[in-house]
Amino acid sequence: MKIAVSSKGKTLDAELDARFGRAACFIVLDPNHQAYDVVENTQNLNAAQGAGIQAAKTVAGKGVGAVLTGSCGPKAYAVLERAGISVITGVSGSVRQALEQYKNGELRPAGGPNVNGHWM
Amino acid sequence: MIISVASGKGGTGKTTVATSLALSINSARLADCDVEAPNSHLFLRPVFEPDETITMVVPQVNEEKCTLCGECAAICRFNAIVTIADTVMTFPELCHGCGGCQAACPAGAIEEGRRTIGTIQHGRCNGLDFVHGRIRIGEAMAPPLIRQIRSRINPDETAVIDAPPGTSCPVIAAIKDTDFVVLVTEPTPFGLNDLKLAVETVKILEIPSGLIINRSDIGDNKVAEYAAAEKIPLLMEIPYNRQIAEAYSRGEPVVEAFPEWRERFEKLYADICNLVAGGKS
Ligand code: SF4
Ligand code: SF4
Repeated sequence: MKIAVSSKGKTLDAELDARFGRAACFIVLDPNHQAYDVVENTQNLNAAQGAGIQAAKTVAGKGVGAVLTGSCGPKAYAVLERAGISVITGVSGSVRQALEQYKNGELRPAGGPNVNGHWM
Repeated sequence: MIISVASGKGGTGKTTVATSLALSINSARLADCDVEAPNSHLFLRPVFEPDETITMVVPQVNEEKCTLCGECAAICRFNAIVTIADTVMTFPELCHGCGGCQAACPAGAIEEGRRTIGTIQHGRCNGLDFVHGRIRIGEAMAPPLIRQIRSRINPDETAVIDAPPGTSCPVIAAIKDTDFVVLVTEPTPFGLNDLKLAVETVKILEIPSGLIINRSDIGDNKVAEYAAAEKIPLLMEIPYNRQIAEAYSRGEPVVEAFPEWRERFEKLYADICNLVAGGKS
């Protein structure tokens, strides 16, 4: 199963971006393989509203089954949930570290959004 | 004629000016558009009619007709509608009610739903027609509610609009296309800063304006100098006065507590009429 990690940079050593909706990009990969894709999220960085919704749609379009991120608001969470994607929040460190934790089964899906949405 | 009263921030005496001005005009209407925190009624104490619930149109997708083509999501600038997996999700609280998705849907699958954005109340007091609105708690879309309040103003009457504080979308919705804006500020550095922002907004909207300096004896001359440089007429200065402050805290409009202030506000109205007439000739 593929997963998406919100990231500040385009490599596995980049720092995980704590903000799901306004993450710089997403690293999409299958934890059992070395290769990964970088999915840009730049069009969302300046969105006046609904950045999380679009980000959720973007990762859903990549066919991932789980998202690793720092925080996720209610609207993005609702879209991810509707797309059948499990959301794991509160993750930090580098993308590689997050991945290791995930593979070791140290991360549990969030029961719901863990931050309030933003208006502006 | 519609005169709006605005200020770059709250607490500058905007409501005092708006209520006093409205009371000094023969058979006017006061429209309090500060829908987050309406407070003109505390001074005017109108007798209210029952609340009117205000809604706006939001899309409601008929899943049976929907082909999941995604046209609606593509046109929405507000990310309020999105196709995901095998459904269309809507986020009514983000929707600006532009109707774009409905127009774009090739399957006729988008129907009109409604969401409540707030209430409007009408009332009368001292020969004044009064209207204000109150936004639903948690609702972010103030401009449509403000436009609804404004639609209650008859085109041939004289109305005073108490605008929300600040310079963002709600303020623009309140003052846009009014005939004159009275800017209220205090002669302090903060007051000057907020005034500059308000003046920029008024300029973009191309509305003639004038300035009232409240608590005119507490600060410095910078506000008056700025207004002179910008060619904004100084309409009135209200000095800090213990009796005015006390009347205010009792919820008494200045013009009712002090007859000399009624005269000054009547003159203010006459001055505004002249400025508006002069601008048009
Ligand atoms: S009405 Fe306009 S803002 Fe609302 S969902 Fe449709 S396109 Fe978006
Ligand atoms: S435009 Fe109409 S048919 Fe297409 S996804 Fe939206 S609601 Fe469905």
